[in-house]
Amino acid sequence: MKEEDLGHRETQHHGESEHVAKYKFGMVIDLDKCTGCGACMVACMAENNIPFRAEDINDRLVHNYWMRVYKMSNGLPFPDNEVCYIPRPCQHCEGSGHHHHTPCISVCPATVTDYDPETGIVSQIYTRCFGCRYCMAACPYHVRVFNWWDPKWPKGMEQYLSPDVSPRMRGVVEKCSFCYHRFQRAKDKAYVEGRTEITDEHEYQTACAQACPANAITFGDLQNPNHAVYKLKKSPNAFRLLEHLGTNPKIYYTSSRPWVQEAADVYMGAEGIDITHP
Amino acid sequence: MKLDRRTFIGIVVGAGLGAGAGVNLSPLPWKLTDDISIWTQNWPWVPVPEEGRVSHADTICQVCPGHCGITVRKVKDRAVKIEGKEGYPINDGGICPLGAAGLQLLYGPWRAPGPMRRLGKRGEGKWEQISWDEAINEVVSRLSDLRNQNKPETVACITSDDRGTVPQLFARFMKAYGSPNFVAGTSADATSSIAMELAQGKRASVGFDLEEADYVVSFGSGIIEGWGSPVRSIQAYSKWRSKKGSGAPTLVQIEPRLSNTAAKADRWYPVKPGTEATLALGLAHVMMKESLFDIGFVEGSTSNFNDWKEMVLNRYGLEDVSRSTGLSTEDITELARNFAKAKRPLAVWGRGKGTAPGSLYECMAILSLNALVGNMNRRGGMWANLCDTDMGWPDIPQDAVAENGLDTPRLDEAGTDEYPLAKYRPDALPQAMNENPDAVQALLVYEADPYYTYLDSTQVAKAFSRIPYIVSFSSYFDDTAAHADLILPNHNYLERWEDVPSPPELPKPIVGLSKPAISPQLDTRYAADTLMTIAKKLGGTVSNAFPWKDYESVLKQTLGEDWGVLSKKGYMEKRFETENQFAFYTEYQEPIRAEGSSYRYPLTLIPVELIRLADRRIGNPPFCTKSLETTELEGQDLFVDVNPKTCFDFGLADGKHALLETPQGKAKVLVHASEGIMPGVVGIPKGLGHTGYDEYLAGKGVNANTFLGVVDDPISGLCATWGIRARLTSV
Repeated sequence: MKEEDLGHRETQHHGESEHVAKYKFGMVIDLDKCTGCGACMVACMAENNIPFRAEDINDRLVHNYWMRVYKMSNGLPFPDNEVCYIPRPCQHCEGSGHHHHTPCISVCPATVTDYDPETGIVSQIYTRCFGCRYCMAACPYHVRVFNWWDPKWPKGMEQYLSPDVSPRMRGVVEKCSFCYHRFQRAKDKAYVEGRTEITDEHEYQTACAQACPANAITFGDLQNPNHAVYKLKKSPNAFRLLEHLGTNPKIYYTSSRPWVQEAADVYMGAEGIDITHP
Repeated sequence: MKLDRRTFIGIVVGAGLGAGAGVNLSPLPWKLTDDISIWTQNWPWVPVPEEGRVSHADTICQVCPGHCGITVRKVKDRAVKIEGKEGYPINDGGICPLGAAGLQLLYGPWRAPGPMRRLGKRGEGKWEQISWDEAINEVVSRLSDLRNQNKPETVACITSDDRGTVPQLFARFMKAYGSPNFVAGTSADATSSIAMELAQGKRASVGFDLEEADYVVSFGSGIIEGWGSPVRSIQAYSKWRSKKGSGAPTLVQIEPRLSNTAAKADRWYPVKPGTEATLALGLAHVMMKESLFDIGFVEGSTSNFNDWKEMVLNRYGLEDVSRSTGLSTEDITELARNFAKAKRPLAVWGRGKGTAPGSLYECMAILSLNALVGNMNRRGGMWANLCDTDMGWPDIPQDAVAENGLDTPRLDEAGTDEYPLAKYRPDALPQAMNENPDAVQALLVYEADPYYTYLDSTQVAKAFSRIPYIVSFSSYFDDTAAHADLILPNHNYLERWEDVPSPPELPKPIVGLSKPAISPQLDTRYAADTLMTIAKKLGGTVSNAFPWKDYESVLKQTLGEDWGVLSKKGYMEKRFETENQFAFYTEYQEPIRAEGSSYRYPLTLIPVELIRLADRRIGNPPFCTKSLETTELEGQDLFVDVNPKTCFDFGLADGKHALLETPQGKAKVLVHASEGIMPGVVGIPKGLGHTGYDEYLAGKGVNANTFLGVVDDPISGLCATWGIRARLTSV
């Protein structure tokens, strides 16, 4: 999606007063800075009570990652080979039009997942989910994961589970929530301090953005000119994943490398045409 | 009765209806419906984490030598999350994957719940928990027997560091007891501090001012993959990338594999493995020939320059360097010019995470580049900080037994005429033990995992099997503890007070104080308290060497006036400056060769250090193993990186098994055909193949140290191994 189109959409939004979103949270991820260290993945697993299993511990097909760092290569032979890492949380698509029909929301038969017009966050209510996995098939970013097993922590390890995020049960789909509980915490704090809104970007940060040692992940309100993301998303090097699908995601990426920018708009993964996993 | 069609249908329908009615009268359908609804509800056996008052506790992360400041988020008295501490001078809010997974180390089932005595065979994993008194009495009786037999030197002690109060208490114990065999771990810092001793006359750590440099040439250092203090190095990299335009710093990576650092560098020069020193001196050659060096610094603050210049000009001709390294003469010249002409150039030493000591000659060559551009103790340059382990404690009383014991030569021969520069030679221990099986009668291991981290795993296992008595002070069932006879578990790092030394690579050292973020969860004790109790029970001069009440009082007394600042702020800057002085190393050395014949072993195996895979004394927690690439680990097998050309030459298939053999060991691995590695080179990740811990870590992949042997550095005497010759055959 080009910037002008986006601007147009925002104007449309503001035209209808009842639809004016209070916030529109999103991220700008600087792929030139991202070192592929994986701290975001681990911080996310620790924050969101994400389980793990001993067998095939790093098998991406059957284990749950809300934040997943992809490794991409330009496919050229040694020594012209280049590698780029792409951290991929839920893209929190805005969809087109006013209905916010993201790929997942459009197909969910149980209203498990919905678009929060206040924050722009795509929600997921685990107890409503009966595991049909239509949303997983619909999501072009593969952000949704299914709980094939009940979560089981080795003896004693339940102790580190956070009460802010409920552990999920077998048979439901889960995904990145932009650490929604942190937003709730920030709102509570603001309320106690007599404010109705959270304004400072530091009040609400996701676990991955907070952990990132390279400061590659910037999180904030995309419509707030005082937030860093507002400016960063306007970089000439900014792009979003699979923009041609019109999903209108709220995760922006920046990279100075043309092959990375090009790769972002084709289907990545095993089916990739020019792009192969190294 | 004749069964016609009509009757048959009648019976079938009747039975069907009857069965249907029967089933409906039975509880079965209701049960099934109920089950379906339960399926979609929260299952009672999915844990519901307890709510409670939220608080935060600041402390220091000690899972690697990076020593970041961390904040532990707590709910009631449970720790639920580890985050980077905002404003801490090393990591300012950032955290690495290993640090973020720290609570899995605290609460994991791999922790020793209390003093454990081995049942069954070593490594079998059968233990009984005993009381602290019983455990300590057992050690005391063993140690006093050896002392009564006048054999105190047969007790050895292995630690990973000798800096800080607790390692120094262990060193003190060994001196009072009468054994010279206190052996701390070595790393790239051990080599660079010897290099500084040769260059300055005083042992000093070398810090690298990454943040302020504008042209960084890294000789295989994994700057963004765990080198130095990992988060600090990544943050320095991030700052470079924030600078735009002509002042933007340049990162040049020199190594045979497209590591993450190479992938993120502005320029990657893949050199043939083991030729880093040659390239560094080739660069020096160009700089001197073209007079591209800081004449002021070289004339004012260095010595041996003319001899060194002559040696470099004679030995490192551009053509020769080009031939050995595989880089073109144009590339070498261009790199030398860019480096010399930069405003604040910096050459960085220490391959990978800097865990291996490496070649002293190579270190000297790289540091010489810094001396040539005169960046010593200067903004954006290399900083020398004196190493100081003087604790200000009273002299150690020694009786005749101790004196005799201390007169015996060290097993690792460090500090002898043969290896005068080395302080410790841990990698030499296994061989020494195997040559003299009676040399070690008891081994104490503190915050180290030699069974896993020492090179040449077969030799190590053999040496350990011959030690009659092994005591581990580890908090975890790590590989060494799994092969010990007794575990006297220390508090986990989140449960204890401890003075934490500065990561040596910092230009301005930061000393930290770790505070208990959480009360001890298990029946553990401070290793220092356990040790002092043992000393007191041994009596005599050994007991007298420890005039303190307990560990916390030693700590307070040792830190003295710093205690106030440290306990309040959590850290302080401690700089022991050295003079700007650098003596070039003038003696030519052949490069360290990889062990093995190139005829039998046509490939070169190099260890690869990954930031998502802990390869030092701490085992990788499940979160980190889960985050490994699928081209690094699959199921129980690890991948080695091989260039597709090499795969073709040797009939290897991507994703298929192959047998990896070196002169030291062999094992089955998976092949990952990668365009990011030089043909003829095989990269193996370090940090897998544990035998201790649990099902989440043990048995996954193979320990890279199985394949590597020990090669002594001719100058430092430390282990200079960087790789080994290898063979890969498809199976």
